Parts: sequence; structure tokens; C-alpha cells
Amino acid sequence: MPRSLLTLPLTLALAASALSAQEAPAPQAEPVQAPAGQQPALAPANGQEGLVVDVEGGISAPMPIAIPAMPTNAVVQTAAGTTDVVGQQLSQIIANDLRNSGLFTPVPPTQLRTVSFPEVTAPAFDYWNGTGAQALVQGYVRANGDGTLTVGCYLYDVLARSELARQGFVVAPGEWRRAAHKCADSIYTKLTGEGPYFDSRVVYVSETGPKGRRIKRLAIMDQDGANHRFLTNGQSIVLTPRFAPNQQSIVYMSYVDKRPAIYVYDIGSGRQRLVVQNAATTFAPRFSPDGRWILFSMAQGGNTDIYRVSSQGGSPQRLTNAPGIDTGGSYSPDGSKIVFESDRSGGQQIYVMNADGSNQQRISFGGGRYATPVWSPRGDLIAFTKLGGAFRIGIMNPSGGGEKLLTDSWQDEGPSWSPNGRVITFQRSTQGASGKADVWMVDLTGVNERRIPTPLDGSDPAWGPLRP
Amino acid sequence: MTKIKTTLVVAAMALAIAGCAKKRPAVLPPAPVDQNAGVDPNAGQTNPGDGAIVPGSDADFKRSVTSNTVHFGLDQYDIDPEARAILDSQAAWLQRYPNVRITIEGHCDERGTREYNLALGDRRANAAKNYLAARGVTADRMTVISYGKERPIALGSDEASYAQNRRAVTIVLG
Repeated sequence: MPRSLLTLPLTLALAASALSAQEAPAPQAEPVQAPAGQQPALAPANGQEGLVVDVEGGISAPMPIAIPAMPTNAVVQTAAGTTDVVGQQLSQIIANDLRNSGLFTPVPPTQLRTVSFPEVTAPAFDYWNGTGAQALVQGYVRANGDGTLTVGCYLYDVLARSELARQGFVVAPGEWRRAAHKCADSIYTKLTGEGPYFDSRVVYVSETGPKGRRIKRLAIMDQDGANHRFLTNGQSIVLTPRFAPNQQSIVYMSYVDKRPAIYVYDIGSGRQRLVVQNAATTFAPRFSPDGRWILFSMAQGGNTDIYRVSSQGGSPQRLTNAPGIDTGGSYSPDGSKIVFESDRSGGQQIYVMNADGSNQQRISFGGGRYATPVWSPRGDLIAFTKLGGAFRIGIMNPSGGGEKLLTDSWQDEGPSWSPNGRVITFQRSTQGASGKADVWMVDLTGVNERRIPTPLDGSDPAWGPLRP
Repeated sequence: MTKIKTTLVVAAMALAIAGCAKKRPAVLPPAPVDQNAGVDPNAGQTNPGDGAIVPGSDADFKRSVTSNTVHFGLDQYDIDPEARAILDSQAAWLQRYPNVRITIEGHCDERGTREYNLALGDRRANAAKNYLAARGVTADRMTVISYGKERPIALGSDEASYAQNRRAVTIVLG
């Protein structure tokens, strides 16, 4: 990956956003400017040499990486806390992100040394080499006069004693964690060649109460479970939320007024809007990649078909008309195709059609039933739930080949892709009268699987796009 | 108000007897509870405060019909003979109270995915609705709602529980 590509998207970040990225200014006390003009000794992530992490291999050991606490030029009280404490927390968030990817092993805290402010750009490579770390992440925190924080983020190749990347982020105090996620994203991107995904959110359904009368609320959180917030009050059943591509709204299904239908929830105002004025039940809503359309299912007289409607409302356009249940549509990232499930053959199977409903073709032919297909944002894979006794999360390519099951539990359901298409979030349920669901994530190797901490139980997780 | 209701009930009774006696063979088993509500429309209205059952109410429906619930096979939505007998008793009661509106809830067990089960629950509710319509209950008296797997009544993850949860429930709207 060319170096320029690494910094470009981040640098483009936002007038409107409270978070902005820039070339990291060197710490003021830094006497040596060597890193600025220095070429990295190793070309990262090109598969040839140097520090490269294989995302799909799954067998190779995670890369040891040292992430010491970020020093500050001056300890200042800010709305996010004192800058020295923020610096410690930032390094922990970065370490958690990288560890959670399954591709990195952060050096234990006991082996981390205290990094002084000037040392940020002049690492003690000999020391870090002794810890076994192959990569080193250093950074700093500085409180700015206008109340914002600047976070510097540097990635070093310990063996080559060279700098691989540097980034700087200016954040509002309320969004300080995002600087850590952006830093972790830049490291992950640099070392794996994959797209970033840590600075993103998940919307899901928070669940509590007895199994026969679950109380369900829409909730939103960062992908690591932080900044958790409930969006609805639990008076009506809510199901299957999905982010709009611009992340300003969420489409979901609600039983408000005992009339199950799809609604759009505006995150800024908290207002909810009925999408389709129709007596029939509407469900399984998904935005198109450009946000102009909402794909959904409508059940009428026992028959369910897939429709699309302008995200502003209006008359729905019918896309399928097979007798039977056609549901669970998901657009390809270029918006030209839709993958969906249908039981027209007798049991649930996966089909692909053009976005206008033409050319419907079945693509799943393995044993058992296939449900909830979701197209990867990279376009290369379709994730699904496979039913055959247990429910398992699997992937296949868009022509139906290369099927691979990623999870093996009693009931795993409803995959949703990370923004870079390398990780899948889903719900895992346990059986019996006290059975409950939780939000989980698994990577494409199927090896790295973990539960996302939520205040209550959770279901129907949907991963949002990378934040601007 | 009470008087009008009483009149309606009597009229409905007459209709029910006239309308059903021939259509329905002697399939209907003896009702497990007493069916005096139809015979004596004033019963239950004298002292509502006593918790007596109001004719034409959901409580009246539940004690008058064989069952307010029909069950289905795994991933099925056909009305089997047992379900037919139950729906026949529901149709008979509904003919006695032609102004009563109902909603039919469709439910599924937990072995289907969420959205598919919403569609399957709709199928089941509509299967019951269509049967009642064929038995003379006009479509505009009936609405359906699918709960998919959101509202199980049996909480276990075993076949006995699943069988109870695959159901369509008729509820009289108050």
C-alpha cells in the first residue's frame, strides 16, 4: 500500500466533525527531526518483506507490539480528564483494539517503560527490542487553548529502528476515544494492508426481562462497547436496526401501536418516521449504499416479497413476486445487485438478483437452509446464517462457491460486516428457559471470536460505516 | 348501551344457530366449559363488578371456544384437522357476535431466523384467518399480526416447547 494512501483519507476528515486529522506535529521539545525525512527501512504490507500481518492466515502468531502510555507536554485538566491520564487511557484503547483484531499481542504493561515527551520521536529501540516487540506505538497528548486535544500517533519498526507512520488527531474532549481508534486504525492499516474499522459504531437491540416477554430497546455503542447509549425506551418491541450510510439515521422495525412496520430514527433529533404508509407488515429494512433507497420486506396475506422505497418515503416498488417468503435483502456495495433469501424452492436458500429485481438466481446449494445473507462492503463475500440443527455464521463468495463456516455454537444468527469487510458481528443465543442473546464478533479466520460487553443482553447487531 | 348489546347478542345467537347448524357436522366436541353466555345473554351483565364474564368479550370467547389457539408443524402453516375443529368453534362464536372484531397473532418457535419467522408468523395468522373467512367470518372483522419468535409461551428449547410456540392465537378486541 502506498504511503500516501494511508494519510489521505484521514487528512480529508472534516470541517463538520469535531475530530480532525493532520500530520503529527513533533513534540515541541523534540531535538531531533530525523524521522520526518527518513524513509522507512521496510516496505509494509506488500507481502514482500518487513512488518506484515496476514489477516486471513489465522495460523501465524499475532505480532508482538508495544504501546506505552502516551506522555503529555504539560499535565492539564480537560473535559476528558487530565492529559496524563488521557494518555494512559489512549494507549490502553489502542492496545485493546489491536488485541481484539486477533492479529497483535500487546506487550504486557509490566514490560512497558515510561516514555518521556521528547522520547516519542526518538524511541529507545534497544529497550523495546528486549521486550520482544516487533512494532512500537508511541504518541503524545497535548491540550490546546481552544479546549481540544491533539493526539500524536507514531508507528515504529523496532528491528529496523525506523518510523513507519505518523498521524495527528485533533479531537473535542467528548470524542477523545476516537483519537485512539483512529491511531489503532492507522497502525492496523499500515501493518495489514487492510482497511480501517476501529473508529466505527454498532447499533443493536438491547434485551432484558423474561424470555417470553423480552424488553427490547435500540442502543448504539462504539465497536468496542464504549459510549453506550439507549435510543428507545422499551415500550414497543424493536428489531433489526441498520445504519444509514451517512450514519445520521437508523432504519429498524418497531411494534409501536401494535402495528409492526419499518421506521427511520434520526439520531440527532431522536424523531421517528414511518417509512411506508400501508396496513401490511413491513420488516427487514436495509439502506442502499448511496442511502437513496430502503430495501424491505412486506407480508401480505401470508406471502412475503421484497420491495424498495425512496428513503424519503413514497410508493414502494415491488422487486420479487415468487409465491413464498422472499426476505432479508442486502445490496452489493456498488448498489447494482441484491442478495436475499427465499423459500421458493421449499426451504430457505440464498439468491442474487439485479437491483431492479431482474435475473433472480439461486447461489446456495449446500445441505441445510441458508438465511440472512449480507454482502460484504468489499464486495468479495456474502455472510449468512446456516441452519441445520444449530445456527452458524458462514461466508461464501457472491457466486455461491467457497463456503466456509466461521462459528460453531447452538444458535449464532444475523451477521453484519465491519466497515473493512474483515470482521463480522452477530448475535449468539443460549438455549433453555433462561437462554439469552449477546453480541459477538468473529474474524474471517473463524479463530478470533469474542463477546462485546454490553450493559444488558443484546441481539441484532449491525455494524456502521467507518466514521468520517 | 346494555340494552342494545343484549339485543345484538340475541340476534347474533339466532344467526349463529341458523347459519351454522347445517354447515357444520357434529364435529365440534362438547365444549369443556358451560356455554350459558349465548343462552342467557343477561348472565354476566347483572353484576359486572363480580368479575363475571361479559358476553362477546375475549374472556367469553376463551371460555366458549374449544381453544383460542391452533398449532402448526415445524416450518408449516397448514390447518390440520385438530386446528379445523378449534377454528370451527371460533367461527361459531364469532357468528353469534357479528360486530366483534378479532386479531390473529402468528407465532413461531425459536428455530427459525428472526425475519423469516416474522414472515412465517404472518403465514400462520393468515392461514387461520382464511379458514375463519371460509367459515363465514367477514375479512373486515379480522386483522393479523406476526410476532415471529418474539413472544414464546413455552420457554424451553425442546420439542414440547417448540410445538406450543408454533401457533396462531385469536384475540377478541375489546
